[in-house]
This record gives sequence, C-alpha cells and structure tokens, in this order.
Amino acid sequence: MEFTLTNFLLFMVNCVLANNFIFSRYLGACPFLGVSSKVETAAGMGIAVTFVMGIASLVTYIIYHYLLVPLQLNYLITISFILVIAALVQFVEMFMKKGMPALYNALGIYLPLITTNCAVLGVTILNINDGHNLLWSVLNGVFGALGFLLAIVLMAGARERLESSNIPKAFKGFPISLIIAGLMSVAFLGFAGLGNI
Amino acid sequence: MPEKKQSIRGVFINGIFNENPIFRLVLGVCPTLAATTSATNGLGMGLAATFVLLGSNIVISLLRNFIPDKVRIPAFIVVISTFVTIVQMLIQAFVPALYEALGLFIPLIVVNCIILARAEAFAARNPVFHAAADGLGMGMGFTAGLILIGSVRELLGNGTIFGTAVFGASFEPMLLAVMAPGGFIFFGLILGIINAIVNRIGSRKGVQA
Repeated sequence: MEFTLTNFLLFMVNCVLANNFIFSRYLGACPFLGVSSKVETAAGMGIAVTFVMGIASLVTYIIYHYLLVPLQLNYLITISFILVIAALVQFVEMFMKKGMPALYNALGIYLPLITTNCAVLGVTILNINDGHNLLWSVLNGVFGALGFLLAIVLMAGARERLESSNIPKAFKGFPISLIIAGLMSVAFLGFAGLGNI
Repeated sequence: MPEKKQSIRGVFINGIFNENPIFRLVLGVCPTLAATTSATNGLGMGLAATFVLLGSNIVISLLRNFIPDKVRIPAFIVVISTFVTIVQMLIQAFVPALYEALGLFIPLIVVNCIILARAEAFAARNPVFHAAADGLGMGMGFTAGLILIGSVRELLGNGTIFGTAVFGASFEPMLLAVMAPGGFIFFGLILGIINAIVNRIGSRKGVQA
C-alpha cells in the first residue's frame, strides 16, 4: 500500500473506528474490563498501550523479516513475539523510570499488565498475516491502540456513572459492563466498512 | 487459593464449578467473546485451551523447584507458548476448518489470563498430580462455559446448535447474536443470570456475587 495522505487518513479511520480492537475484533478485552473504573486510570492504561504497541510493531517486524524468515523459523513466531513483548515492556518500564519519571509515576503500575494484553500480541501477528510493510505495521499498532484508548475511556466514563445507578445485584460489576460494551459495540457497527482501502 | 491439601478430585471439581474460569473468575474474556459464535467453535477453543493448560500445569509443576523466582514469569511464558505452538500446528494439520474459524485467537491462547494465572497461583506451588487435575478441571470449566455461551449465540443467531437445525424453517435468525456486539451482550446476560442463580443458592461460604 502506497503512502499518501488519503491512504493514511482512511487507514486511521478504519483502525480507530471501523475495526476497533475492542468492539469489533475482541482484542484487549481483559484490561478493557479490568482497568476501566476511572477515566484517569483508563486514559493512563490506553496511553501506555499505545506506546508499547507502536514499539512492539516495529521490533517484531524487524525480528520476523530479518531473523525468523532468513533462518526459516517461521513457526517460532508466537514464542518469539511474546518474549520480545515481555522484554520490551520491561525495557520500556526501566527506560521510563530513568528518563521520564513523571510519565513513569503516572503509568508505572499498568506497564507490567501490558504483557498479557492480547491486543499487543494480536497486532504484531496481524501485521505479519496481513503483509503490512514496516511503516504500515507501526501505524497499525499506533492507530489500533488509539482505538483501544478511545474504547477504554468511553467505557470508564459510562462506568463512573454506573456507580450511582441502581442495578440488580446479580448484574453488578462485570455483567452490566459487558452489556454496556455490547451496546457501544452496536454503535460502532455504524462505522463498519468505513475507510476500507 | 487455600494452601491446605485438597483431594485431587476436589481440585478438579473446583475448576468446573466453584472457580469456573469464565463465570466465577471472569478470566480469558477475549477468547470467550471471539470463540463463541457457534457451539462448535466454543468446543474447539475450549479443548485447545484445555490441552495447553494441562501441559503447562504439568511441566511448570515439575519444574517448580528449579525455576528461580525472579525469572518465573518469562519461564512460564516460554512453557505456555511451546504448548500453544504445538496445539496450533495440530489444529492446522487435522482440523483446518477450526483453524480458519478461530484464526488469530489460537496463537493468542498464550496471553489467555487463565493459563498464566493457574501457572502462577496453582501449578508453581502444588505437586504434579494436583496441578494436572487443576489444569484439566479449569480447562473443562472453560470448555463448558464456551459451549454454553456458544450454544445460546448460535441458537439465536443461526437457529442451530452444533450445526443441527433446532427451529423450523420459519425461524428468523437474530443476526446480532453472532455479530461482534452479541458476544458482549450475551456473555453479560448469561453471566448475570448465573450470578443470580449462585446468589439464590448462596449458602456456600466465600462465594461472592
């Protein structure tokens, strides 16, 4: 795919709205439900994920095309990518602690959780399966994560309101959150097909 | 997880009912949503995850005295992803239709929270037979949950269960159930109903809604 402004914008709309990671691909649902009780923490998680997904897309692209393919070790894709992501998250955490203490204090506790966020491993494998080149892989990672950020902040906003609502006891917590996510997902269906290139 | 000795049978039953990974622990939400578009897909994903859980629990339990505490998480991940790669190759070779249907979610079993949670909370602290029973019980509980949600969604969205037509030809399928929003909505509804049933029974100690 050629890099033009039109393609770039269409791709962004497609990743953030039409093929939203949470609402249409079911990736990253665990942190989406787990860390969405307050808007601030949800935004922190979303930003940390954006950071890691962008870097992970870059690093795994290089590893796959310059290490696994020449050595004909394609079947090691799962094992190598998850290790790369785990190591990367650790490095990002260490780097932030030294270099950007303010950001580290804001995001610190969410960073280790990102290793088991399936959106991160998911996007790196999707990049390979869809045959994106380096640039589009990184953009896919960043825009996909922005979609995640949008979803988790919307959800946190809705859940803050829920605190004061009268919900049947059995539906408190996860069940009502899932149903709200389903309703948001219906709304996002309206974007389906938008920005297809 | 209480540290006191439980019988192997107790550990197995615990995974299916009291600590059912889907309905009681609410772990592994992504595969639950993605693999329940039909009962068959749910069964396939459940069995694949059971295989990985059983294998990783056994290996991690055997290695629990050799893995240094500081690197245990990466070590667990390596063991788990080895089993995931095995199961991925087996599915691709023998059940290509399931491989097509589950697609990306087979490699993503690696980051399924249930598996790492059981490795960390149970397998790394218990002898091998208990760990195997826990893996099998949790896997069966996961599979049963997936089949339940998958059956409801398939029945409403397609009028079939395991591909067999249940309603007559006049049935209008409720397409929403098998589309993306249906996953969230029906999982939420079923989870709420099960909570209500558990609350009603509710005499058991330590069970929270």
